[in-house]
Amino acid sequence: MILELFLGFLRVGCFSFGGGYAAVALIREVVLSNGWMSEEMLSYLIAVSESTPGPIMVNLATYIGSTQAGVLGSLVATLAVVLPAFLLILGLMAVLKRFMGNPWVSAAMKGLKACIIGVIFATGLEMLWTNCVPSKSPDLTAIVLTALLAGIYFGCREGFHRKLSPIALIGISALLGIAAYGF
Amino acid sequence: MKKPALLWELFHVFFRVGLFTFGGGYAMISVVEDACVDRRGWITRAEMDDLVVVAESTPGPIAINCATYVGARQAGVVGAVTATLGMILPSFLVIFTISKLLDRFLEIKLIASAFRGIKLAVGILVLDAGWRLLRRMKKDALSVTILAVSLTIMLGVNLFALRFSSIVLMLTAAGVSLLAMKLGWKGGGKE
Repeated sequence: MILELFLGFLRVGCFSFGGGYAAVALIREVVLSNGWMSEEMLSYLIAVSESTPGPIMVNLATYIGSTQAGVLGSLVATLAVVLPAFLLILGLMAVLKRFMGNPWVSAAMKGLKACIIGVIFATGLEMLWTNCVPSKSPDLTAIVLTALLAGIYFGCREGFHRKLSPIALIGISALLGIAAYGF
Repeated sequence: MKKPALLWELFHVFFRVGLFTFGGGYAMISVVEDACVDRRGWITRAEMDDLVVVAESTPGPIAINCATYVGARQAGVVGAVTATLGMILPSFLVIFTISKLLDRFLEIKLIASAFRGIKLAVGILVLDAGWRLLRRMKKDALSVTILAVSLTIMLGVNLFALRFSSIVLMLTAAGVSLLAMKLGWKGGGKE
């Protein structure tokens, strides 16, 4: 169990090019394939991570480690997700700039980055789909709320040039959730 | 500065960075810059700029890259470990506590309803993250093709519930990109 956590999050730490949400795509894959957590709970957690201090992938690793195997699990998962970035910077510090400028490295990176954008889009679409059409029948409330939230988020940015922070969107969505599903 | 004092300083500076950066990523760059470049002169502005570029193209959280680099520059491997642990500790403590409580909170109807709404926002945030990366990507034939093929494959994998790791896909994409450079295809090699 501990070893699985370590290897799973080490993989996330090694391949999460492109920031926190790239890690979300990978973590979702690792978590769902190991059956560590339901899709729904993972969505909740991503929101919690976005609204608490620290990098999203570190937060997710700590939480999943803790629920799977207590304190030890959370320590192992957290260290595993951080280890690749730590070793890479430490090992390559002196030559980092030249390393990044190497044509082979940058060519490989280019392919990796284009690919992970595709993976992130697929993850986002899949999440929206399972939210709006859970168990093969469309959930009208969820569809209306999703459209409303997307309208608010992108409307603010494109229409009024005022970027709504992710935390603000999460706050609004919580209020809408309470309004729609009762308290 | 004496070494224990320096290590303590590294630890508490990065502890503060870790404590006050919500959502991680780009928000923390300006916090690190203020603490390490402007106030303490631990690294130069040029180093900071390079570090951000490197952090963007390496895996893992940007915050970790910064902490490791600054710590190592000031006090070697011990410094790197100290700064990185300082950076992780606040979120570790907060999330560990939440992990013990969240299930119980979700039994409260008000909170359960709030999270049902929040779940919908998360899907939008993930798509938006992809969109922002897409806008910064150089749109040559090679990148666009790799992106489109990856998206299609991953949607298919999800649709048919296949067991397939996106890491295989990423390594293949890197290979294709290297091949493109070797063969001198249009858009190959340059980033």
